[in-house]
Amino acid sequence: MSGNGDAAPKLKVAMYWAASCGGCDISLLEIGVNLLELIKIADVVFWPCAADFKYQHVADYPDEYIDVCFYNGAVRTSEQEEIARLLRRKSKTLISYGECAIDGGIPALANLTNPKGIYDAAYHHNPSIDNPDGVEPQPITECEYGELEIPKFYDQVLRLKDVVEVDYEIPGCPPQAERVWEAIQAVAGGAVPARNNAVKVACFDKSVCDECPLEKRLTKIKEFKRPHEARPEPDWCLLEQGFVCLGRATRSGCGALCIKGGLPCRGCYGPSSNVEDQGTAMISAIASILDAETEERAKQLIDEIVDPVGTFYRFSLGSSHLKAHK
Amino acid sequence: MPEHATSQVSRTETGVWTPRIVGFLCYWCSYTGADAAGTARMKYPANVDIIRVMCSGRVDPELITTAFSRGADGVLVCGCHIGDCHYINGNHKTMARMPLIRKVIEGMGIEPDRFRHEWVSAAEGEKFKEVVTDMTAKVTALGPLNWPQLMYDRGVGHGHDLKPWGE
Repeated sequence: MSGNGDAAPKLKVAMYWAASCGGCDISLLEIGVNLLELIKIADVVFWPCAADFKYQHVADYPDEYIDVCFYNGAVRTSEQEEIARLLRRKSKTLISYGECAIDGGIPALANLTNPKGIYDAAYHHNPSIDNPDGVEPQPITECEYGELEIPKFYDQVLRLKDVVEVDYEIPGCPPQAERVWEAIQAVAGGAVPARNNAVKVACFDKSVCDECPLEKRLTKIKEFKRPHEARPEPDWCLLEQGFVCLGRATRSGCGALCIKGGLPCRGCYGPSSNVEDQGTAMISAIASILDAETEERAKQLIDEIVDPVGTFYRFSLGSSHLKAHK
Repeated sequence: MPEHATSQVSRTETGVWTPRIVGFLCYWCSYTGADAAGTARMKYPANVDIIRVMCSGRVDPELITTAFSRGADGVLVCGCHIGDCHYINGNHKTMARMPLIRKVIEGMGIEPDRFRHEWVSAAEGEKFKEVVTDMTAKVTALGPLNWPQLMYDRGVGHGHDLKPWGE
């Protein structure tokens, strides 16, 4: 995977995996046959998920050696923070790839509780846990071979841009292959400056409704349903049918994938361009089409929404106004 | 230290802390109601910073979370009674939004008494006085919220020192 010695220097590309599920790494492979094109124009110089690179390799590179670095996942441990800072130093262009790095994503929902609560659920009080000695992972463990050290678990989940300066952001959970390929071509062709201020690319400015094929019949919500409770009527706006669909507050670029598959939008592209706070935008949208003439009826309908914070901020808690549980 | 973290200085000359409540009042009823309370020289605490909006239906939940996230100790939203809206059904949207944003606010750990939604007509100066007096007393009892400081201490946001759990 080293340079090929040709006249045109190849792009040096890196990808790193922090607090995320790994779907982002896979989504980069989704560009399919374009991967062959990518290999023609770029060398992979660091990608722990796909190739055997060590952190030391990166540390040995000169500063700004990497042309484009995709960083997916939120920052939750000391290791992720350290690598974020290292990659920032070694990269000309650092791109937040995927919703976890941009808005905190699913990992940021952990900010609704604290590490104590997380450890409690993960290692103590959980029906599937068998841990009679109450063992918890410790940063440093003594054993017969000496001291073993694991990264420290931070108090909070942060977005990549909370830790280092980010040049571009590719939203999505995961980002859609077509958009990603367009973005890669733009970077490779030198169509965009190397440094920027967390500009969103590989997405559109409008909301998911703009791409949604379903028909808006201007009816009001009479009851709330969850996807496993009822089968949606085809060709009719899911929100109007009572499924909490975050399309109205969510950035487009996915091609309304979930909706075409019969599921309401979960908001994975984050807030749309004119929205600061995805959750409140969605509250506004839902309340505007609630079929309630009295306060009692409105409250009754709203009580049907299960877990409002987790639903409306599923992917964007880290970028919301309130950010975390007190 | 973020610059807004010092916004919790005392609002009185006596040095005693009193809350800062942001009040969104609709132009046609509630603001006139507050005006009526003033014209009638009713006495009530000066803790509500009134922001006049054309309709309570214009109060996007975003404004409420913004107020809290920038250091308000409480938020009050007042609009016309249902059926009295100058724009026919603007307050129907308020009616549906407020319980929903309340759920989110409470889900984030903000005490229920810090957020209040009331219908105040143009003639209800007395009611406005009572609402403000009661809310100020409740929020005073709860003490400062100071969300920016809370989030700073929790380490959420840009440029904060990350600290490992337990240290």
